[in-house]
Amino acid sequence: MKWFKKKDKKKEESKEEKKPTRGLLIFSHAATVISVEEVLKDEGYEIRVVSPPPKYRTGCDLSVEIPLSEESVICGILEKIGLAPIDVMPITGKGMEPLRFIRSKDFGDYLMVRAANMKMTVDKRTKVIVNISGGGCPDVPHLATMMLGKRLRDAPNPGDVGFSLCAYSLNHAREEIIRMIGD
Amino acid sequence: MLLLAGAVPVEYLPLITGKIELTEKGVKIEGHDLDINRGFEAMATSAYLTCKQFGVEVPHALVAGDIGKRDGSEKVYEHLAANLPTMGVAVLTMHYIMPDLHRNKRVVKTVQEMGDKKPFLIADAGSMYVAKTGKDSLHYDIFTPDLGEVAFLADEQADHPTYTRGFIFHMEDDVPELIRRAYDAGNCPKTIFVKGSTDFICQDGVILEKISEPKIETMEPIGGTGDLITGMISGMVHAGLDPAEACIIAGLANRKAGELSQPSPATQVQEILKYIPEALQIVTANRG
Repeated sequence: MKWFKKKDKKKEESKEEKKPTRGLLIFSHAATVISVEEVLKDEGYEIRVVSPPPKYRTGCDLSVEIPLSEESVICGILEKIGLAPIDVMPITGKGMEPLRFIRSKDFGDYLMVRAANMKMTVDKRTKVIVNISGGGCPDVPHLATMMLGKRLRDAPNPGDVGFSLCAYSLNHAREEIIRMIGD
Repeated sequence: MLLLAGAVPVEYLPLITGKIELTEKGVKIEGHDLDINRGFEAMATSAYLTCKQFGVEVPHALVAGDIGKRDGSEKVYEHLAANLPTMGVAVLTMHYIMPDLHRNKRVVKTVQEMGDKKPFLIADAGSMYVAKTGKDSLHYDIFTPDLGEVAFLADEQADHPTYTRGFIFHMEDDVPELIRRAYDAGNCPKTIFVKGSTDFICQDGVILEKISEPKIETMEPIGGTGDLITGMISGMVHAGLDPAEACIIAGLANRKAGELSQPSPATQVQEILKYIPEALQIVTANRG
């Protein structure tokens, strides 16, 4: 009898462990996550940017993992600034995190920074963006059109004009360049 | 017919299809002028110049405007899935497009149903991402990944290059290992062209050729140089060249065009494009 009781207790514990404590915010466009990540981190929430579950995957997706207990407050904050998710779902497993790979290359007057599959190059003397390369989503050439020839501080944030994971990575490249040489 | 399909960064441009013209303003399709920017237009211009060089019919294009909102990309997928069998396409190159697993699967299904009339399929950029993520790579004939993208092909779990796991991404110094993993995982078509400081041309998992000269370091930051390679390969396959030979010539000609243009990291791809005909002429003459 004691043995059975012990087993029951373990089952209870295991059920308790599997109860989701984290939730996923799903968005229509991957790049929306750039702004969401910034806002929620500024608010002090412990969040992770991860891939969404299979049913939401199109091949270019990002979602935000949040503490489920904070769901209503977080959704309220996002709704107020027009960044409401299209869905919220509880999760037990872990999604894949985007690659945080940053590498820079110095070309004398020019600095190239690569973040994942995206590269941004600036003229170090003027801080003007001179080239953008890499990526495969159609907002990459669009972003290039919007950002090339502009000083870092005047160029739009890829999260504001892009929609894809490539835009998300390009934003990391831009942030790293600003960290290295200013804007 | 060589058909180049993809999205262009022109918001609200409807789905258009027709023979490509090259004007002073850039690529012109069905009366619409598109700038020679990077991406699809650079690839299309390179394919056009290559077809002219080899004396074959210039490419046709199927494009729609899309700045990443998916609207134009969806139209391209839908059109291909519904109409490809009646379009008379011998070589189809799919390029910049928002990955859409479900719609691309419908395109692949249409291609499979064409049997012997199946077009030769080349994919780069978003079209390559969606083919790999949908586990459809073996239905294609050529992929043209760069180093980051071949790492993505080597990672059986990644849905997009941004999700490539770090331990695989950091294998970039061992490109042959990435190539081996990518083929073993079934994520490569028969032929791949890996673009990098050394280009690797591979077939069935075997590295046929490595191209590293002339080394033009300043080409790396220039957006669109990979698009030129994809365009040249498309044009040469359309002209009847063996796929591996088309890849080798494209790799050599791209470097030659870079050498002729003497680029800086601020050079735009249009400057290199100008030298594609001369570069192709030199390379093909050298290869006999």
